[in-house]
Amino acid sequence: MTPLLHSGTRLLVQGITGREAANFTRECLDYGTRVVAGVTPGKGGERVYGVRVFDTVEEAVAATQPDAALLSVPPLGVLDAALEAIDAGIPLLVVITERIPRRDVAAMLAAARAADVRVIGPNSLGAIVPGACKLGSIGGPAEDVRRAYSPGRVGVASRSGGMTTEIASMLTGAGIGQSACISVGGDTLIGTTLLDAYRLFLDDDATDAVVTFSEPGGSQEDELADFLEAQGGPPKPLVCFVAGRFVDEMPGTRFGHAGTMVEAGGSTARAKIERLSRAGARVLERLDDLPAAVAAAAGSTREEVA
Amino acid sequence: MRLYEWEAKQLLAERGVPVPQHRLVRNAKDASVGADDWDAAIVKAQVLHGGRMKAGLIEMTDGSDAVALAAKRLLACSDRDGAPVEALLVEQRLPVKQERFLGALYDPRARMPVLVYTPHGGIDVEDADASAIARVELDPRQPVPEFRIRAALRRAGVASRDLRAITAIAVTVARTLLELDATLVEVNPLAEVEGRGWVALDAHVELDGDALSRHRTLVERFGLAERGDGGRAPTAAEQAAKEVDALDHRGVAGRLVEFDGDIALIIGGGGASLTVFDAIRDAGGRPSNYCEVGGNPSVLKVKAFTQLLLEQLRPARIAVIMNVVSNTRADLVARGVIEACLATGRDPAETIAVYRVPGAWEDEARELLADYGIDALGREVGIDAASRRAVEVAAAGVAA
Repeated sequence: MTPLLHSGTRLLVQGITGREAANFTRECLDYGTRVVAGVTPGKGGERVYGVRVFDTVEEAVAATQPDAALLSVPPLGVLDAALEAIDAGIPLLVVITERIPRRDVAAMLAAARAADVRVIGPNSLGAIVPGACKLGSIGGPAEDVRRAYSPGRVGVASRSGGMTTEIASMLTGAGIGQSACISVGGDTLIGTTLLDAYRLFLDDDATDAVVTFSEPGGSQEDELADFLEAQGGPPKPLVCFVAGRFVDEMPGTRFGHAGTMVEAGGSTARAKIERLSRAGARVLERLDDLPAAVAAAAGSTREEVA
Repeated sequence: MRLYEWEAKQLLAERGVPVPQHRLVRNAKDASVGADDWDAAIVKAQVLHGGRMKAGLIEMTDGSDAVALAAKRLLACSDRDGAPVEALLVEQRLPVKQERFLGALYDPRARMPVLVYTPHGGIDVEDADASAIARVELDPRQPVPEFRIRAALRRAGVASRDLRAITAIAVTVARTLLELDATLVEVNPLAEVEGRGWVALDAHVELDGDALSRHRTLVERFGLAERGDGGRAPTAAEQAAKEVDALDHRGVAGRLVEFDGDIALIIGGGGASLTVFDAIRDAGGRPSNYCEVGGNPSVLKVKAFTQLLLEQLRPARIAVIMNVVSNTRADLVARGVIEACLATGRDPAETIAVYRVPGAWEDEARELLADYGIDALGREVGIDAASRRAVEVAAAGVAA
């Protein structure tokens, strides 16, 4: 998906010497992603699966010109690491770390907005353009990624990292490839919401239809529905699934992600289903209906184009 | 993490927000001591949820005998989730002229903290007229913008004579949110009191559980390390599940929530757990639990967790259904589940209604399960179909 990420994307991994980060660095390399540098203060000069480690982002940028940064650093270090990447002019940040203080997330997102930098996450598993590159642990080892994901023309944006792969796998099983899949992150405050992802896919000529996966809580789906209504319906076919209807019966109990709680201002699964349906999205009753619904939606776009 | 009203008020009062005269008491005898100086008192149960007035956990009283009686009654009450009321806030009742609402919280649309003021305080603040609402974004990288808050309050119709006092309180509410890493600071109602000006009659503060390590003195002061997340007290099985999940730091096999049902679920990760739980219920099944398994848990942890489900929930069957896993090893999950069945003297083939964990190390998992007579489902069987099969198998088992 240009211009967000593509086969030429040059990736910098902040916190690369951590166990988890080293792991997905290898997975990304195996999948063909160009991981050009890593940063861990104090570990400059080391190598992780052949990738050069620098002490500072500044040094890494001067030597390797990355255009995306993956952040996998401890929660209290994320804000500083993000500001470092923003200051160095890197236009895309993917934040894997979870449990970051909310004030730090707000500060990070405000700084990114001011510098016109896109943030995916926090609490994201990453993003992938099947067949071209993957950023983060999304899909796991390269061999498993190839089984679940396949190149094609359907965009996927999901509040659940694991379900991103499940959905891609369902589509791939039905012969439907994906243009890009984004794990937007499970938190309440995130840089790229479902609406932001949908708009990216709208601008992407390589995407015919979009799938979103939602959970209770938060206002992302209301935001998406507002946009669809303002457009007089979805400009590109949109197939949505909202999990966790049972959570509606238990306000205040936390299930799953931090953003899943139905708290002040957040909407229930049923409210989201109703709003998205009313706004013209195809909202699935059952997840198993996904491939058929997407095939129908994507087919209608192709016919219109033809 | 929600604080008690008295804690929230203490934090605001020491930052200069006027609050009513009060005493915190833990028994009925102490409740009436000192209340004589006041014309009337209000006695409020200290619980970690809202809606206390409607729940009968607040009493208006006249005179010290009435205070003691109210205190005695409230100390015999339970909160919404069944926990006993252990502390009361006894406050002077003040002659209120009018009420307002002030709150600072995070707005996910703006991706910023915001200060919100509405001219109608009290219980039904959601119904306020939009034009009379003041809303100011609080960029955490900047000092709290006092002039913007003042201007917004004026636009929302705050009178000149009230402007300085309400602005000062609003600025404190905003600063408290940022300084304490709170996710919510609310004063509702903020009341104009005859002869005393503006006073916070109630306060609600929620702290960010992910930022507590930056506020050690606060954690110590209010004993927050031992405080739960609110909600009903954990059941014995839920408590045991927390201990199982803490066995080691590898992955998650826990976050158990007990339900009244007969199919135990081993499901995950987070999004898939929500999907599977709905699917089992849609298929007419009654899950005995919610849980989350993911992040590559150890065999030890999966085994201990499964054993706990089998022993404490005594389900007819268990269903193991996960999304296509990428970091979790399917074979380790399978080994843990099988070992737990054997350890509790149950035949894995009879116990496991369905097993669907496609993805990493799937082939090894299949082989292991086949040895125990279980035909594992692959990714070609969707989560709904697997859930329907689980419910059918469980129903057939009961009939036989």
